[in-house]
Amino acid sequence: MKQPGRILLGLYCLLVAVWLVAPTIVVVPMSFNDKKSLAFPPSGFSWQWYQNFFTNPEWSASLVGSLKVAVVTALFATVIGTLAAFGLDRMKSRVSGVLRALLITPMVVPGVVLAVGIYAVYLDTRLVGTMTGFVLAHTMLAVPFVIIAVSASLEVFDKRLETAAASLGATRLTAFRTVTLPLIAPGILSGLLFAFVTSFDEIIVALFITSPYLKTLPVQIFSSITRDADPTVAAVGTLLFIVTSLVIGAGLLIGSRQGKN
Amino acid sequence: MASPSIRGAAIDLKSVSKHYGSFIALDKVSLRIEPGEFMTLLGPSGSGKTTTLNVIAGFTEVSSGSLDVGGKSVIGVPAHKRNIGVVFQHYALFPHMTVSRNVAYPLTLRGIANPDRAARVRKALDMVRMADFGHRFPSELSGGQQQRVALARAIVFDPPLLLMDEPLGALDKKLREWLQLEIKRIHRELGTTFVYVTHDQEEALVLSDRIAVFNQGRIEQIGTGRQLYDEPETLFVGKFVGDSTILRGAASTSGNETAIDVAGRKVAAAKRLADGAKPVMLLRPEKLSLARRGKGGQDRNTLPGRIGEAIYLGSGSKYEVVLADTSKAIVRSTLDAETFAIGDEVDLVFAGSDVKLLADDENADFTLT
Repeated sequence: MKQPGRILLGLYCLLVAVWLVAPTIVVVPMSFNDKKSLAFPPSGFSWQWYQNFFTNPEWSASLVGSLKVAVVTALFATVIGTLAAFGLDRMKSRVSGVLRALLITPMVVPGVVLAVGIYAVYLDTRLVGTMTGFVLAHTMLAVPFVIIAVSASLEVFDKRLETAAASLGATRLTAFRTVTLPLIAPGILSGLLFAFVTSFDEIIVALFITSPYLKTLPVQIFSSITRDADPTVAAVGTLLFIVTSLVIGAGLLIGSRQGKN
Repeated sequence: MASPSIRGAAIDLKSVSKHYGSFIALDKVSLRIEPGEFMTLLGPSGSGKTTTLNVIAGFTEVSSGSLDVGGKSVIGVPAHKRNIGVVFQHYALFPHMTVSRNVAYPLTLRGIANPDRAARVRKALDMVRMADFGHRFPSELSGGQQQRVALARAIVFDPPLLLMDEPLGALDKKLREWLQLEIKRIHRELGTTFVYVTHDQEEALVLSDRIAVFNQGRIEQIGTGRQLYDEPETLFVGKFVGDSTILRGAASTSGNETAIDVAGRKVAAAKRLADGAKPVMLLRPEKLSLARRGKGGQDRNTLPGRIGEAIYLGSGSKYEVVLADTSKAIVRSTLDAETFAIGDEVDLVFAGSDVKLLADDENADFTLT
């Protein structure tokens, strides 16, 4: 009989799933606490911490700051990453392998190491706490994600279509615009989403280069929870969890549809 | 659509070479294609036929030589400025566009707007009998339908020259035969010059006005199908175009006659090659006949052999005869001829006048992939 084995397997899977999701889920009930404490389980129900998030200028300013940085970063990283992926794809394979590894390094180098380096350079160039500083640092971190997503699209793109377009009268630029770009668009879009999330979610570098004038949301969460046990953090966490899930879900959906084509 | 009175462009390749490092893909190829002609480039894979097509299309730059299309040199002219239609083996339709938009693509690039554009798209789709499929996407079409759309896209902008690179290579035999006739019809209606690449010699014979036979980066012979079959100039052409039997052995010449010793039996033909060449004999299947052993007669060439394979073709039979030197002869006989079974001892009979005497060539072997 296979039945007992199947039940065991199901239980095991459930255990893994709970283990993966539990820390995130715990935040949700805490955000509805009626007292100013991060106690779990919460003692009563209220919306006040959500209200605080949207009305307290400290919180809303950091949200706006984060959104600004993430949007600009996503745009820059997508343009740079797409062009880089295209260039790598059309290069001699040996050179492109080395270059690709180089361009991916921000993903594998420990965040703290990068942060220290960036901080040192920014002190000299007065980029600490500036929009430019945040966008530059986050773009560097986000470009590898775009390269990986777009490269995957280019991998399955049939280059012979560009040859066909040329025979029909298209210049290389026109062929890229009318044939290549629409066909790798899903890869570019998922790269854009990943770049946005990378920036929106980034804390290590942001902690180093933050200033009272420009704070991102993760920095605000971190300083708030180290200063006092403010359940607003749980409210923000819940909101972020929902939004991020939606964004990543959309990215995966686009990715899987592209895979089918 | 060009009216048949507007003829296609002439193509003139003179001593065109293409090198990839030390590999010679094309070795001083010269080929003149007349306006409106259907020229097929025939050869095994790696023989240079596709490279020649790519050179004409502008996808590959020549290493040396000259190339004129319509009387003008196109050396250094990029592919998108050559105004040449190309049909690919893999269709190369744009998957994100409908059939109509695929066909309209070259017109849009040329700044042709509706309603003229729509009318020309419809006319091109009509010509390939795909008018009802304009709203479909390529993924919703069969291979044969996709290739017809690709053909419409390649002719919709009235190119004076159409190049086709093994366009039927991915299709099954019945569909291929039908589309061959379609392509012939479209060629006749357009009056455009067609250059067609294939490794299928039957397809070449069906379609072409003339055929250029490629081998190892060179052209072995240019001629009509009949010329290539009846009067092959090289052993490679003789073997590649149509079925053939090759007789090899120690050769001796006396006066104007050449004899070849096939495992102890001499066969002769009243022909001779230029001095220095090692002669071999080539015979077409219908020039050979079979007789029971010893009944072959004395006035003609006879070689003993054994039936190795007997194939009934409907219109006749085809036999593979194993000769004394283990080489194989291919014989085609008509329905009323005597029939033989596998293992029968026979005499292979042929007239000296039907023998093609050719110089032996170790590069005459080929593989089809």
